[in-house]
Amino acid sequence: MPNDDAVISLKDVNKWYGSFHALRDISLDVRKGERVVVAGPSGSGKSTMIRCINRLEEHQSGTITVNGTEVSNDVKAVEKVRRDVGMVFQQFNLFPHLTVLENLTLAPVWVKHMPKAEARDIAMRYLERVRIHEQANKYPGQLSGGQQQRVAIARSLCMRPSIMLFDEPTSALDPEMIKEVLDVMVELAEEGMTMVCVTHEMGFARTVADTVVFMADGQIVEKNTPAELFGNPREERTKQFLSQIIRH
Amino acid sequence: MTRLALPSETGEGLLGGPVAWVRRNLFNTPVNIAATLVALWAVVRFLPPVVDWALVRATWVGDPAACRAAGGACWAMVVEKYRLILFGLYPYDQQWRPLLAIVLFIAAILAAAHPKCWRRWLIYAIPAVLGVVGVLMWGGLFGLPLVTDDRWGGLPLTMILAISGIVLSFPLAVLLALGRRSRLPAVRAWCVIYIELWRGVPLISVLFMASVMFPLFLPEGVTIDKLLRAQIGIILFTAAYLAEIVRGGLQAIPRGQYEAADAIGLSYWQKMRLIILPQALRLVIPPLVGQFITTFKDTSLVIIIGLYDLLSSTKAALSDPQWRAFYVEGYVVAAMIYFVFSYLMSQYSQYLERRLSAGTRRG
Ligand SMILES: Nc1ncnc2c1ncn2[C@@H]1O[C@H](COP(=O)(O)OP(=O)(O)OP(=O)(O)O)[C@@H](O)[C@H]1O
Ligand SMILES: [Mg+2]
Repeated sequence: MPNDDAVISLKDVNKWYGSFHALRDISLDVRKGERVVVAGPSGSGKSTMIRCINRLEEHQSGTITVNGTEVSNDVKAVEKVRRDVGMVFQQFNLFPHLTVLENLTLAPVWVKHMPKAEARDIAMRYLERVRIHEQANKYPGQLSGGQQQRVAIARSLCMRPSIMLFDEPTSALDPEMIKEVLDVMVELAEEGMTMVCVTHEMGFARTVADTVVFMADGQIVEKNTPAELFGNPREERTKQFLSQIIRH
Repeated sequence: MTRLALPSETGEGLLGGPVAWVRRNLFNTPVNIAATLVALWAVVRFLPPVVDWALVRATWVGDPAACRAAGGACWAMVVEKYRLILFGLYPYDQQWRPLLAIVLFIAAILAAAHPKCWRRWLIYAIPAVLGVVGVLMWGGLFGLPLVTDDRWGGLPLTMILAISGIVLSFPLAVLLALGRRSRLPAVRAWCVIYIELWRGVPLISVLFMASVMFPLFLPEGVTIDKLLRAQIGIILFTAAYLAEIVRGGLQAIPRGQYEAADAIGLSYWQKMRLIILPQALRLVIPPLVGQFITTFKDTSLVIIIGLYDLLSSTKAALSDPQWRAFYVEGYVVAAMIYFVFSYLMSQYSQYLERRLSAGTRRG
């Protein structure tokens, strides 16, 4: 039975790329307001898993439910899920032919049919929150990586999602820009946003996460509070992985 | 405050300037020196006789005898026949109508070319202009005498074929390009078959089939106008080429753009219209305009099915035995008209590229 107050629920999810078994019997519940960090070696299926949640990838068996809607081939269901779920990518993926402000107002205007002026007000408010409102009329190519990623976060927030997915949001950034993005994410977590975050920032995981999920070879190997998982890992694979990232 | 030094203040510009410029740009490497010398030789060798023929010994008004006596270009022929060249066999006293059509077309092109006019109304304005031109040329309404399209000719006909060909094939091409990248196998297969079939035949045989073979397949009593058949042939043919150009642009857009558009909840058509196509089309402006120019010039092939486009009407003007000797002048004028339009299109493509990349470039 999926947990009743779970806003995201994956049950026995399997995914293959051709004959390659990328996700094996993944089951995971995320409560409202829970902050989940997903860690694991490269190729372990972290991206694949969170991309299945908003149907950027299709799973072949098992069920995924988001806010009570099952993610399936049904276009209406996928539309609803995507309206509830924001996503931030490693490569930012801002729209380079639109200004920062246009990047933010696009979805509210076209998907939610919000009046332009209102969408603009909301966009400016979120740009202020990520401390980038002076750049509203610039194009993404004129911003630094850290600024672009903050714009990408603001773009997702403009749709007022109840859940945010992050896929390695700081991995493409220079070290001095990582903090400005993490700060925004910490604030978001403190406000009670439900977050699923793939990241190698163990400091972020320790301070912010309620739950850390460790994946390897398409499976969830271990799931626990950060204190337990980092301090007292039970599985051999987890110990091995942790010793590697601590050594680095 | 910094102030830019004027060229005269630095000693360049007046005396040292041009010489230094020439040395820097035309005589800087052995290959450039060779190219410069060849170009100079060509100018010295060919320019004087051309100027002599086209201007010095040319005859601007007069009869064929005067032309023959002067021995230069006989522009008098063009002055005498320009209405036949421009308007073909359109009734003489009604030729203000094709003239107005040309003016309308040029105004519409100028408006459509300006980024300030890229609004929703333009999508309706362009077909509206085509419609107005159709009514103007055809008549039978508003007291205009009927002029059926077998009397149409010259520049308006060329412009109708080219502009309708480009404007109407473009949306079809975008659909074909999207279809060829569709996830639905049936859609993809049909688009591939369409594109490869049309690209596999030359335009001249398309026109020939539209003119000669197509009527054989129509039921008894149904006829479709010859001009319309040629026009449809040009549209369907051009669409296949444009589709491949557009597809090239689509392929250059990173996957992340599609994913970001999906993730914020855009529908397929919103994603394509707002995110993917604006970027993809921008990338392929040069080959798109290249295909527009090709289509414009290729309309002259309708000569083989007996339509009087600009080139055919020029040929008709030269069939007058009195002036037949001066065919070179006739074709020079027709070539210049084609050249002006093609050149402007290619300049416009460069302007557009600069203008559209100005905002997105990092700076
Ligand atoms: N489109 C695809 N086609 C085929 N195989 C794929 C595809 N996408 C991912 N894979 C494979 O699936 C596995 C899981 O990929 P995934 O991107 O989820 O890993 P990850 O844990 O996010 O790794 P990383 O830390 O490098 O981002 C990898 O072995 C990858 O090669
Ligand atoms: Mg990944």
